[in-house]
Amino acid sequence: MRYLPLTPEDRSEMLDVIGVSSIDALFADVPQAARLDGPVNLPRRATELEVERAFARMAKKNTAASETAFFVGAGAYKHHIPATVDHLIQRSEFLTAYTPYQPEISQGTLQTLFEFQTQVARLTGMDIANASMYDGSTACAEAVLMAARVTKRSRAVLSGNLHPHYAEATRTLARYMNIDIAANAPVPGGLDDVISQIDGETACVVVQNPDVFGNIHDLRPIAEAAHAKGALLIAVFTEIVSLGLIESPGAMGADIVVGEGQSIGVGLQFGGPYVGLFACRNDKSFIRNMPGRLAGETVDADGRRGYVLTLSTREQHIRRDRATSNICTNSGLMALAFTIHMTLLGEKGLKHLAALNHERAVELADALGGVPGVSVETDAFFNEFTVKLPKNAADVTEALIAKGVLAGVPASRLWPGGGLDDRLIIAATETNTDADIALFASALKEVL
Amino acid sequence: MTTRFTKDHEWVRLEGDIAIIGITQYATEQLGDVISVELPDVGKSFKKGDEIAVVDSVKTAAEVYAPLSGEVIEINDGIEDAPQLVNDEPLAGGWFAKLKIADKGELDGLMDEAAYAKHIA
Amino acid sequence: MAMNQQGRPTRPNTNAATGGYADTISGSRGLDQAEPLIFERGRTDLTGVDLPEPKGVKTRLGGLERKSEIGLPGLAEPEAMRHYVRLSRKNYAIDLGIYPLGSCTMKHNPRLNEKMARLPGFGDIHPLQPQSTVQGALELIGELAHWLMTLTNTPCVAMSPKAGAHGELCGMMAIRAALDARGETGRRRVLVPESAHGTNPATAVQCGFHCDEIPAGPDGRVDMEAFKAKLGDDVAGIMLTNPNTCGLFERDIREIADLIHEAGGYFYCDGANFNAIVGRVRPGDLGIDAMHINLHKTFSTPHGGGGPGSGPTVFSQALAPFAPVPYVVKKGETWHMVEHEEEARADGAEPFGRMVAFHGQMGMFTRALSYMMSHGSDGLRQVAEDSVLNANYVLARLKHVMTPAFDGTCMHEALFDDRFLKDTGVTTLDFAKAMIDEGYHPMTMYFPLVVHGAMLIEPTETESKSGLDRFCDVLEGLAQAAKSGDTARFSSAPVHAPVKRLDETRAARSPVLVWQEPQDQPQAAE
Repeated sequence: MRYLPLTPEDRSEMLDVIGVSSIDALFADVPQAARLDGPVNLPRRATELEVERAFARMAKKNTAASETAFFVGAGAYKHHIPATVDHLIQRSEFLTAYTPYQPEISQGTLQTLFEFQTQVARLTGMDIANASMYDGSTACAEAVLMAARVTKRSRAVLSGNLHPHYAEATRTLARYMNIDIAANAPVPGGLDDVISQIDGETACVVVQNPDVFGNIHDLRPIAEAAHAKGALLIAVFTEIVSLGLIESPGAMGADIVVGEGQSIGVGLQFGGPYVGLFACRNDKSFIRNMPGRLAGETVDADGRRGYVLTLSTREQHIRRDRATSNICTNSGLMALAFTIHMTLLGEKGLKHLAALNHERAVELADALGGVPGVSVETDAFFNEFTVKLPKNAADVTEALIAKGVLAGVPASRLWPGGGLDDRLIIAATETNTDADIALFASALKEVL
Repeated sequence: MTTRFTKDHEWVRLEGDIAIIGITQYATEQLGDVISVELPDVGKSFKKGDEIAVVDSVKTAAEVYAPLSGEVIEINDGIEDAPQLVNDEPLAGGWFAKLKIADKGELDGLMDEAAYAKHIA
Repeated sequence: MAMNQQGRPTRPNTNAATGGYADTISGSRGLDQAEPLIFERGRTDLTGVDLPEPKGVKTRLGGLERKSEIGLPGLAEPEAMRHYVRLSRKNYAIDLGIYPLGSCTMKHNPRLNEKMARLPGFGDIHPLQPQSTVQGALELIGELAHWLMTLTNTPCVAMSPKAGAHGELCGMMAIRAALDARGETGRRRVLVPESAHGTNPATAVQCGFHCDEIPAGPDGRVDMEAFKAKLGDDVAGIMLTNPNTCGLFERDIREIADLIHEAGGYFYCDGANFNAIVGRVRPGDLGIDAMHINLHKTFSTPHGGGGPGSGPTVFSQALAPFAPVPYVVKKGETWHMVEHEEEARADGAEPFGRMVAFHGQMGMFTRALSYMMSHGSDGLRQVAEDSVLNANYVLARLKHVMTPAFDGTCMHEALFDDRFLKDTGVTTLDFAKAMIDEGYHPMTMYFPLVVHGAMLIEPTETESKSGLDRFCDVLEGLAQAAKSGDTARFSSAPVHAPVKRLDETRAARSPVLVWQEPQDQPQAAE
């Protein structure tokens, strides 16, 4: 088998050195009844060519985003990724390294994580950031647990316009931690009233911006209301590119900022792996209660600058049942893809990219708003907005597939039975052409 | 003004009905470089054996237990800013907290210096 | 000249201050090139990406335009390429040599898997596309689920957990949900062997349980008498790794399963070490109720410098109804993903919730299935055999110069303690760092905690015999050097790595977690 270097001769020589007669002797501790005599009932080994054929057969049944006029968002976005990114993350030294527990031979990973942390902190307007989380939703859930630890309170208020998957992941993680989760119903064209929900027991209020419908909000009044009651504001984003154009959550008073970094450097990949971003203020109690790995600067024995994983006593491998989180891995390779793409863009490129995204969305909103019966519900938005249709949005979306348009996410997919069956959440990015936008508008007119 | 020790490597020194507590030299050697100490809130009461502080070192994290019952009347802010004090002078500048103690009798169950030296030998 | 984002010149740097060597003018030494941070190299007005000019459409941002600068330096493409390639060369990697980290299963990562994951039909599809447009993706998830259930002989698998610890959480939450459904609010104690990985107790606590440690017996396995004494009607279950973290098979596992079930609890098996038994033993036959599988260990998806992982979790019939959403089902010829709890309940399930935004680590599913199909059922069995053979070979070759923690053979990893270093002045840490100078990544150190100065070596099945011979020769040589008083080789090691030993105390006492302008250094040291 191509991945196994041992030859039959090697194996028998090695058994001799070990001093046993057969490989079975090394499995002697396995209860007799549980030992399998032969291979399980699955296909036998396959050549590269055979595997490629099997995968091609399955892949062909999927419609790739690049094959259509593509407007699906709601938490993951189609952006162009420079070829350099994918080349670099496949460098053996990055791809096939482990967690940098031996810093002397992991400076490549550690320095890029340190750079990543700095980029994330600056983008979000926060003081510090960690070395990434699994994805945006788990970062959100972990932020709520952190807020509860920092404030020593056990109630969280989630905005109804937080991505419902994020809300569910948060509710699930908090379920057995005695944290009470309050949440409103979604408001497609505005924002639910989170402020009146904040009380003296509230650890945090969680608001997404731009929200799941695409609305942009001024977080300052919410931050003030939260702080007045001793609660923290957790700001969530699912589209990091938006921070190239709109005010950072930090500048609007957020205490913890979490979100999804997939848009930069990481492909759609049907939902994962993605990269969760986690940033917060630099407060001693914050650092100590923060989840996830941290890369920090130090010096070596010769006084040369270098980097290590630091403050690891917060983590499960040392603190065990008192750890800040049970998380053991970050999303290292995706964080690398993010930081490479961000370095290629730079501030100039990011702002440019953000402007293009917004412009495409404005043009699309105008084009669709001109279709009879369609109303755009989102006044202020970045690259995503919500329309109200005269028909069931899921049916419309299905009908548009045949016309070469993947139109967006029907709200009923996120809130089944939520009374939002006529709403469609639509994203536009720099990858959409004028022709895509024209096709969407004309096809929509036809199917309505 | 004698110093007494617990088997978990805390020390306690009595000044009237005030007890000063900290961790021993041996404990700091086992922990390695101390990074931070989570101290109790002033005004909070603890029973003997309750977890009263947490020490984080480069290598590990360890709980510190109250050697006597009592109410915290003062904590050593100095070690929050300069945790190296715990390594450098564990029995002096590296103290953790002062407790107003309820029952001096609890002191009897603790080790004197000779007994502790034997305990860690 | 190095410029910061405001265009002011930074302070004159010494080589060492930016990580370079002091004894050359450049800070580099030949191919060991100094590489400052992007914040020291780049400029905010540089970019390595060409984009079309905006048309100037009127914005609709509701007055929330960003007013502040961000401070993100950019680099032209050739400069960016060099930055990252230079940094990559400061990393050890499995593609460079054996990576013998015990419990981590660092094996060869086949590039066919990378190629399969990048097919547009898998890499370029959105998690919320209409399900009719992703039938092949749902089929792939279903197919991988079938392989995992077959290899473990279990009736259910939750695919969404993002990593091993996330899978543990998935398993323990299902146990908690099952207990709640039985109305057993008093069962909150979870038994965890003291050799367990730290994630186990951390996970149990996140599910509202508290942990009770079971001591290890003198043979490195669960002390059965101690285990039996801890059973009671407040026990929620046991979390047991098998093979355990000492590299030994828990031979009483069937009895442990029976006893925990009789006591009314559930059996969570930590599948971190599944590589040792894949294709030869099915955990379902051992009586487990839940087990996560690290696709990034057993099934070769790359570790990428610390993730992504992927931790699908299999369940017994007893826990299957509580598995989280989403999950994939086949209805006739159509694949369907059940995304909401309401829909699952209508099917008679009782999911404990949702763990992540979408459907888990699809990019890892494609890689893992590509690996599994390549090996097939026969090859996977050989994987387990060769991994155990390689570990035992290392144990046999080194047992005369190093001190095995336990007698007898091992499974997929060989555990040594530091008795062979007694009175040499060399510690486990020193020994590990000296391996770096010899061109090897060290083994896992100081874990498991049940062994003094532990050194845990897991070679995996993808090492050749000649490679293992060289590796053992080096360890033998180092052990002899330590015993013969050559302490200099150890105390300052590593001296041949890109950097020398790093000051971890300084990093932790005065954390510098982000780069700041040199003139802001006093704040950075807060």
